[in-house]
Amino acid sequence: MSTTQVKPAQPQEASTPQPASHRSKLMSWEQIRTALPGMFKKLDPRLQWHNPVMFLVWIGACLTSAIAAAEPFIGGPQASGGTQVPVSFTAAVAIWLWLTVLFANLAESIAEGRGKAQAETLRKTRTSTPAFIPEDYDQLQDPGALTVQLREVSSADLKLGDTVVVSAGQLIPGDGDVIWGIASVDESAITGESAPVVREAGGDRSAVTGGTRVLSDRILVKITSRPGETFVDRMIALVEGASRARTPNEIALNILLSSLSIVFVAVVLTLNPIASYPASPASLTVLIALLVCLIPTTIGALLSAIGIAGMDRLVQRNVLAMSGRAVEAAGDVTTLLLDKTGTITYGNRRASAFAELTGVRRETMLQAAVYSSLADPTPEGTSIVDLGHELGVDVKPDAHSKVVPFSAQTRMSGLDLADGTSIRKGASSAIIAWLQEDGGQVAAVQAAELDEIATHISVSGGTPLVVASKQASGRGEILGVIHLKDIVKEGLPQRFEQLRAMGIRTVMVTGDNPLTAAAIAAEAGVDDYLAEATPEQKLHYIRREQEGGALVAMTGDGTNDAPALAQADVGVAMNTGTSAAKEAGNMVDLDSDPTKLIDIVAIGKQLLITRGALTTFSIANDIAKYFAIIPAIFVGALPGLQALNIMGLHSPASAVLSAVIFNAIVIVFLVPLALRGVKYRPMNAAKTLGRNIMIYGLGGIVTPFIGIWLIDQLIRFIPGF
Amino acid sequence: MLWASLAASIATLTLLLGLLYRPMGDYMAWVYSSAKNLKVERWAYAVMGVDPAKQQSWRAYLRAVLYFSLAGLLLLYLLQRVQQWLPYSQGGGNVEPAIAFNTAASFVANTNWQAYSGETLSYSVQLAGLTVQNFVSAATGMAVAVALIRGLAYRRSGVIGNFWVDLIRGSLRILLPISILGALVLITAGVVQNFNGFTQVHTLTGAQQLIPGGPVASQEVIKELGTNGGGFYNANSSHPFENPTGWTSLFECFLILLIPFSLPRTFGTMVGDKRQGYAILVTMAVLYLGSMAALAAFEFSGHGGAPGLAGAAMEGKETRFGLVQSVIFAATTTLTSTGAVNSMHDSYTSLGGMMQMLNMLLGEIAPGGVGSGLYGMLVIAVIAVFLAGLLVGRTPEYLGKKIGPSQMKLASLYILVMPLLVLAGVALSFGVPALKGSIVNESLANTGSHGLSEVLYAFASGANNNGSAFAGLDASTPWLTASIAVAMLLGRFIPIALVLALAGSFAAQDKIPATAGTLPTHRPLFISLTAGTAVLVTALVFFPVLALAPIAEGLM
Repeated sequence: MSTTQVKPAQPQEASTPQPASHRSKLMSWEQIRTALPGMFKKLDPRLQWHNPVMFLVWIGACLTSAIAAAEPFIGGPQASGGTQVPVSFTAAVAIWLWLTVLFANLAESIAEGRGKAQAETLRKTRTSTPAFIPEDYDQLQDPGALTVQLREVSSADLKLGDTVVVSAGQLIPGDGDVIWGIASVDESAITGESAPVVREAGGDRSAVTGGTRVLSDRILVKITSRPGETFVDRMIALVEGASRARTPNEIALNILLSSLSIVFVAVVLTLNPIASYPASPASLTVLIALLVCLIPTTIGALLSAIGIAGMDRLVQRNVLAMSGRAVEAAGDVTTLLLDKTGTITYGNRRASAFAELTGVRRETMLQAAVYSSLADPTPEGTSIVDLGHELGVDVKPDAHSKVVPFSAQTRMSGLDLADGTSIRKGASSAIIAWLQEDGGQVAAVQAAELDEIATHISVSGGTPLVVASKQASGRGEILGVIHLKDIVKEGLPQRFEQLRAMGIRTVMVTGDNPLTAAAIAAEAGVDDYLAEATPEQKLHYIRREQEGGALVAMTGDGTNDAPALAQADVGVAMNTGTSAAKEAGNMVDLDSDPTKLIDIVAIGKQLLITRGALTTFSIANDIAKYFAIIPAIFVGALPGLQALNIMGLHSPASAVLSAVIFNAIVIVFLVPLALRGVKYRPMNAAKTLGRNIMIYGLGGIVTPFIGIWLIDQLIRFIPGF
Repeated sequence: MLWASLAASIATLTLLLGLLYRPMGDYMAWVYSSAKNLKVERWAYAVMGVDPAKQQSWRAYLRAVLYFSLAGLLLLYLLQRVQQWLPYSQGGGNVEPAIAFNTAASFVANTNWQAYSGETLSYSVQLAGLTVQNFVSAATGMAVAVALIRGLAYRRSGVIGNFWVDLIRGSLRILLPISILGALVLITAGVVQNFNGFTQVHTLTGAQQLIPGGPVASQEVIKELGTNGGGFYNANSSHPFENPTGWTSLFECFLILLIPFSLPRTFGTMVGDKRQGYAILVTMAVLYLGSMAALAAFEFSGHGGAPGLAGAAMEGKETRFGLVQSVIFAATTTLTSTGAVNSMHDSYTSLGGMMQMLNMLLGEIAPGGVGSGLYGMLVIAVIAVFLAGLLVGRTPEYLGKKIGPSQMKLASLYILVMPLLVLAGVALSFGVPALKGSIVNESLANTGSHGLSEVLYAFASGANNNGSAFAGLDASTPWLTASIAVAMLLGRFIPIALVLALAGSFAAQDKIPATAGTLPTHRPLFISLTAGTAVLVTALVFFPVLALAPIAEGLM
C-alpha cells in the first residue's frame, strides 16, 4: 500500500470557509427570542452574586422598587438635594435599573444561546448505541477478531480499555484508537465536514470519536474514555459555556473592576454626610442612580458574554479549546512552531525541472521520467507526468508493461517495460543500491555528477528524485534527476511579516535536511527553522524558548508529538491525530488545518482587546455621568453648580434619569461588539494602543455627553421632569 | 509679567534639576547597589547585629520597616512626654498625650502635620526627635522605593534587599551630606542657626518682643530635602528666620524636588533601561507643570475665596515672595509630601485651594515624597500597563514582569487606601452628630463650602502624608488629633506593605524578553496614558466632594 495514496482530511488553506452548519449570524431575532427565558432566569440572586458589579445594580433595583412601592404611603417622593422630584421619578429609575440588569442577562444569554444550538446537534450523537465486544479476543492469534463471537452491550456500559468491533454502517460507540483495520469514517456530526476521512490502525490517524459513523470496512477500536467523559461530552460542556473557568486576565480585570466599585460605593456612602454640611442630602433613589452610573456596569454586564463569545469564535472555526486559559495564552504567544508540510508549503511537492546527466539524451531522460510515473497516483507522480506533457513527451504504457508501485522496502517506484527494461525513480541512495544489486556498477563520473546536481537542488530547497534504467541484461545507468519543489503557499511571507510586527517569531519544523530547510525557510520568510526535526528536538526547542521567557504554540498530530504538545503553552492537536496527541494538547482542530494556529493567536488577542476596550469605554463614560448628575443633585442648595451642567440638561430629575437610561441602553448597543469582538488588525503594540485609546478612550468620554443630551431632549417632555 | 517671572523661576529650577538628574540619580543607584560599606556603617551594623550582605524577603523587609517605625514612634512620643526634664527645655512643659501621639505619628509617617505649635517643643525634642525622624522617615521611604525597583530588576529572586542597609546608606550617604551643604547655603542667606532661646528685644516703638532663635537652618534643610515639612516655627517657611528671601524660597523648592525628581534616574539605572526612568520623569514633570500652571492661573486671576473678599490676590501671602514664589512653593509642597508652606494655603482662591487639594489627592506622585512619589507613580504605571495590555491584546507586562491577578490585587488595594481614608475621615467628621458638633463649634472658623474645604484639606493632607493645612481649621481637638494621626499612620504604612508585597511578587518572576508585540513603556503614548490614569482615577473619586467644597465656592 502506498503511504501517500490515502490522504485523509487534506490540510486546507487559511481562508477556507467554515462549514455552513457552524456559521451563524451574529445576532438574529431568533437568537434574541431564544435568549429571553434565560434573561429572566438569570435574575436569580444566586447567579447575580458571581458578578459583583451587576449584583450591586441588582440590589439597587430591588431597593428603588421598594421605595417606589412605599412612596404613595409615605407622602410622595422625598426631595433630593433641596429639589423636588416628580412623582414617577423613583418608579422610572427602578424600571431602568431592572432593565440594566436584564440587558446584561440578555447579553450573556445570547452568547450562551449560540453555543447551545451546536450542543444540541452534538447531543444527538451521544445517544446510546449498541457496541460489539469480541468474546475471548486474542490479539496475537486473531488480531482482527474474525473468528470469535461478538457480545452486544450498550455503549453506556463500555469500560475504559474495552475492545469493540465496528463494521460498515455502524456508529462508533465511544472514543478510542483503532487497533486493527482501516475504515472510512463520516465525522460530519462533529466537524461539519461531509467528506469521509480514513482511520487506520497504527500511525497518526488512529483516533476515532464516539458518535461518528463507519462507512466502509471493519475496525477494532480500543475504548480510551469513560462514558460521560468523552470528547463529545467535553465539547458540549465547552460550547455551552458550562465549564467556563475564569482566566487569569479575567480575574485580574475583575479585581480592578471590584476595587473601582468599592471606591464608588465609598464615594456614594460618604456623599450625604459630607453634603449635609454645605448643602442638603440627596435622596436614596438619587444616590443609587449615581452609584449605578459610576460603577463600571458596561464592562461588568458584558464581561462574561465576551468570554463565551471568544470561545464560540474558536468553535466556529472548528477549534475546540479545552480551557479559556489556553485561548488567552494564544494571544500571548511569542513563538509559533509551524510544520513545514501542509502549513508553510502545500502538502505535495511538484516537479519543476528535469536534468539529464552528461551523455544521456534529453529525450531519453524525459521519457523515462514520465514512464516511471505513469502509474504513480501520488501528486508528485502526477506532477511529473504533467510537466512531461508540457515539455512535449507523450508516451503510453503498452499492455505488457508492469507497474512497480512504491514500497517502503525499495523506496522506489517505476515500470518494467515489455522489452525487459526496468525504469525506476527514487532517492539517490535507493537508486544506486538498485543499480549495484546483482553486481552492477555505477560509473564514478556519473556518481559525481549526480551528487553535484542533487546538492544543487537541495540547496535551492528542492528534493532530487533520481531516474535510472536497467536493461534486461542487468546493465543499468543513471539517466537524470527530477527536481521536485516544495511550493510555499501564497501570501505566507506577508503573513509572517505581520506576525513579526505583532512580535511573534515563526519557526518552521521539518524533517528535511538543513540545506533544503534553509532554502524553504528563506523563501517563506520564517525567522528560524528546525531541520531533521525529531520529536525530542521539538521538545528541546520548546523548552529552550520557554526558558528565555517565550510562550510557544505548536500543532501536532502524532503520538510522538504528545510530549511537545504538552510542553507547549498552546498545543493544537489535529483531529485526525492520535488520542494521545489530543489528550496532550489544549486545543483540538477539527479541520486538522495547521495554518489555523495563526487565526487562533488573533482570536486570543481579540478576546483581550475586547475586554480592554469596553473597560476603557466604561470608565471614560463616568466623566459625562458626573457632569450630568453632580450638578443635578446639589444645584438646589448650591446654585453655582449650575455652571457644571454643561450639557444644559432640563431639570435635576431628567438629568439623573437620562444618565441612568444611557447607562442601560449603552449595554444593548455594545452587545454586538462584545459578541463579535473588537476588530483586530495585526500591527505593533504601540500602534494598536494608540488606535484603541482614540476609539474607546476618547470615544468613551465623548459618546455619553451626546447620548445623555439626546435622551434628555425626550425625557423633558414627560410631565413633571 | 507674572507669567514671565513664573517661567523664569521654573526655568531656573528645571535647569538645576536637569543638570543634577543624571549624577544624582546614578549616585543614588550606586549607593543602593554598592557592595562596599563605610567604616561608620560597618560599626553601625555591628551594633545592630545586621549582616549587610544578607538580603531580606519582602516579608522580612516589611517587618524591619514596621519595627523600626514603631520604635521611632514610641521614642518620639516618650521624648515629648518628658521634655521638661531634658536639657534645653526652654521652660516648656511636657506635651499632652493626644498631641504627643499625633506629633509622633506625624513625623514617623514623614508627614509633619503639626498639631502642636512649633515653638512649644524644646530644642532637645526638635533635634533628637523631630530632626532624627526627618532623616530616617525620609530614608525609609527611599528604601521602600528602592526595594520595589529591585523587585522589577531581579529575576527569580526571593529577596529584595536589606532594609537596615538601605536605611543607613540613605541617611548617611544621601541625606546627610546634602543637608550639610544645604544648611551652609541657608545660613549664608540668613537663616538662623543657634541655641539662644528666646531673646527679649525692645522695638522702635518701645514695645517688648520675644525673638525665638534655635537650630533652624539644620532642621530647615532636612525638612525640605526629606519632603518632611515640619517647620521650626509655627509659621513654617513663611517665617523670615526660616526663609528670608525670594531666592531662598526657590532654593528650598529645589531641595524639595531634588531627590524625588532624581529617583526616576536611579530607577532607570537599576533596572538597566534608562529610557524607563526618563518616561517616569516626564510623567511626573508633565503633571507637575500642568498643576503649577493651573494654580498660577487661578491665583493670578484672584477670583473667589479670600483674595476675592480682600480684593487682592496677595491676601495670606508674603510680600517678599510675591505671587510667583508663593505659587511655586505651594504647588511644590503639595505635589510632594512636604507640607512646608511659605504662604497661607487657606487664603488662596477657591479653585487655587482646590488645586492644592488635588495635588495631594493625586497620591503625591508628581514627583511626590522622597521614595513614596516614585513607588506611588510605579503603582499607577502598573495599572496603566494593565489597561494598555488589554488594549493591545497581550497579558500585560511591565519591564518584563507579568501583571497578573496577584499584582492587580496589590495595586488595586494601593489605590483604594488613600481615598477610603480621606472620604471616611470627612464623612465621619460631618456624619456623626457628636463629631460634627466638635468640628463646627471648635475646629471651624468658616462655614459652608469653605468649612468643608478646610476639613477635606486636613484629611487629604494627613492620609497623603503631606502635613500642610488650611489654617482656618483648629486641628487640636480630640477628634481631629486622633483621626488624623490614624489617617497618617494607615496612609503611610498600608501602602508601604502593599508596595513591598508587590516588590516581592515581581522579584519572584522571571523577565519576559521584549518583542515587537510588547507594549513599549517609554513612549509618549504610554506616558500620557499613565498621567491620564492618575488624573482620571483621582478626578472620578473626588469630583463629588470637590464639587461640594472648592468648586461650589469658586462658582458662587
